[in-house]
Amino acid sequence: MTMRLFVPRDAGAVAVGADDVALALEQAAARRGLAIEIIRTGSRGLYWLEPVVEVATPAGRIAFGPVTPADAPSLLDAVATGGPHPLGLGAAEEIPWLKRQTRLTFARCGVIDPRSLDDYRAHGGYKGLERALSLGPDAVLAEVTASGLRGRGGAGFPTGIKWKTVAQASANRKFIVCNADEGDSGTFADRMIMEGDPFLVIEGMTIAAITVGATKGYIYIRSEYPHAVEAMNAAIKAAKRGGYLGTDIGGSKQEFDLEVRVGAGAYVCGEETSLLESLEGRRGIVRAKPPLPAHHGLFGKPTVINNVLSFAAVPFVMAEGAKAYADFGMGRSRGTMPIQLAGNIRHGGLFETAFGVTLGELVDEIGGGTFTDRPVRAVQVGGPLGAYFPRALFDTPFDYEAFAARDGLIGHGGIVVFDDSVDMRRQARFAMEFCAIESCGKCTPCRIGSTRGVETIEKIINGERVAENLALVEDLCNTMKFGSLCALGGFTPYPVLSALKHFREDFVPAPTLQAAE
Amino acid sequence: MTAVSEHWSEARGAEIIAEHAGQEGATLVILHALQEAFGYVPEPAIPMVAQALSLSRAEVHGVFTFYHDFRHKPAGRHVLKLCCAEACQAAGGDRLAARAEAKLGVSLGHTTADDRVTLEPIYCLGLCATAPSAMLDGRLVGRLDEARLDALVAEAQR
Repeated sequence: MTMRLFVPRDAGAVAVGADDVALALEQAAARRGLAIEIIRTGSRGLYWLEPVVEVATPAGRIAFGPVTPADAPSLLDAVATGGPHPLGLGAAEEIPWLKRQTRLTFARCGVIDPRSLDDYRAHGGYKGLERALSLGPDAVLAEVTASGLRGRGGAGFPTGIKWKTVAQASANRKFIVCNADEGDSGTFADRMIMEGDPFLVIEGMTIAAITVGATKGYIYIRSEYPHAVEAMNAAIKAAKRGGYLGTDIGGSKQEFDLEVRVGAGAYVCGEETSLLESLEGRRGIVRAKPPLPAHHGLFGKPTVINNVLSFAAVPFVMAEGAKAYADFGMGRSRGTMPIQLAGNIRHGGLFETAFGVTLGELVDEIGGGTFTDRPVRAVQVGGPLGAYFPRALFDTPFDYEAFAARDGLIGHGGIVVFDDSVDMRRQARFAMEFCAIESCGKCTPCRIGSTRGVETIEKIINGERVAENLALVEDLCNTMKFGSLCALGGFTPYPVLSALKHFREDFVPAPTLQAAE
Repeated sequence: MTAVSEHWSEARGAEIIAEHAGQEGATLVILHALQEAFGYVPEPAIPMVAQALSLSRAEVHGVFTFYHDFRHKPAGRHVLKLCCAEACQAAGGDRLAARAEAKLGVSLGHTTADDRVTLEPIYCLGLCATAPSAMLDGRLVGRLDEARLDALVAEAQR
């Protein structure tokens, strides 16, 4: 009987050797005269164990990891004889780190073949669209609204309300745009789902299209994600062949077509209006709002623009009902959030769980602390525009409002962990530097403020009139926060001010230390 | 090895532009296609793009210069991109970037004098759970350490 093996084709797994492992398995099997079939899946997101190899057995899939090409022969022998292997992790689904999660959006990621529409359907794919088609637009809007789903890109705007606005707008054309410009460091959930379950994104966008009456959609993917571009293009092709894109979608009278567009290395294009400008073929300059994209979006037409994870959450909501989703979470943050654990962390990866888990649980318990074995000193939550939190704030629950109350943001759900060797002056300077590099230049506080910010923090690092320059940085941050047009200039102060507030000792040398020198 | 680029020719440029000009908002699509073919966006192509899309030269030039990806001259034979964003910083990426700069004798954003290697910063490859990370000519490498970096640099210099 042919042995079925699963090796991720996810970029994160490939970066640590998954392709070499797949090749080594094929070669080792050929030498043994063993018939094997290797299915390239997405990643389940347990990155410290990648490359993970899974093997189908009558009792379910068993996992091994991290596997190197040199392990291929012994791994095949162990599987063939049913013996133990030092890299054996047991049943894949029973790995505690995975079992502890609530995988609604990522249920299929790492399980199915992302190139196969049949595999997607065999695992419950397109049930959401079927139900959406049978319910009709008004009922879909009601479901999405009742689910409490909020924009997963960072702003947390209620998805149902956004869709309703576009549904009510009248125009000869409407668009669905998927924001896959996942530029925040520490985030990779969009990449993973596009590479591991691309039909899910297509299904979510298709549900949006039939609900608001749009006939054309774009997925704007950053150029740093070539694997995701390839996966989405392949899935779109397969969906067209399978009758899920184009005319008469899923046997209905609906029409919807989808196209991938690739960014060109501008972080600011993750901002929705800048992204729309870029899609139209222009410089990614932020637009003033209003008018909202829902009224006046792509090519001036009513446009639903949502993050990858927002669209990817919708098929579950439609298939299982709003209540099944809304039952998870806390306060106004309903459902689950795919949280990404990154940086200097022992157990880094994708952890999807209901809102409400605390930062401390995520970093210490689930993440296992740092891989350098040094104490965790700071964590940046929400990307380059997110605040740095110290251990003292580890009781903060993962929830939009709870983070906002502590001058932070959950953003796109990325958590970057730093150990005690971090110099927070450098991190504050980098925040300004990054803003200066990526500013679109439209508004002065962001364009000029970020450069002045770099210079002033530089002076603080060099010990020049520290107290005076600290006051200047704080003042500058307030100007940027309240005077910038979009989140780039408006939120860059978060990492800077949080570093100043929670890690003051890095900026102001302790007098006793100075005396001792 | 990077894909071998074609030499610029007006006819080939016109062909590429015509292939994509019919799409809505085609400017970025065309610039990407030109760079894919020639390894950079040749200056004479800018007015051609403008004409094909009924835009001004300034508009196309503005788009070309706005985005970090587009090159105005060919890169070195190999392009080594090192992730310099926060997750990689937390995992020691800064030290590795400095090491690469020292080994190649150029700072980030520059090409070695022999045109062999272009060393560039990149702000996030989305490999943040296997940081620090790098990309050599499109090939991704995670869990970068000194030994892996040295091997990448040596490979790029060959």
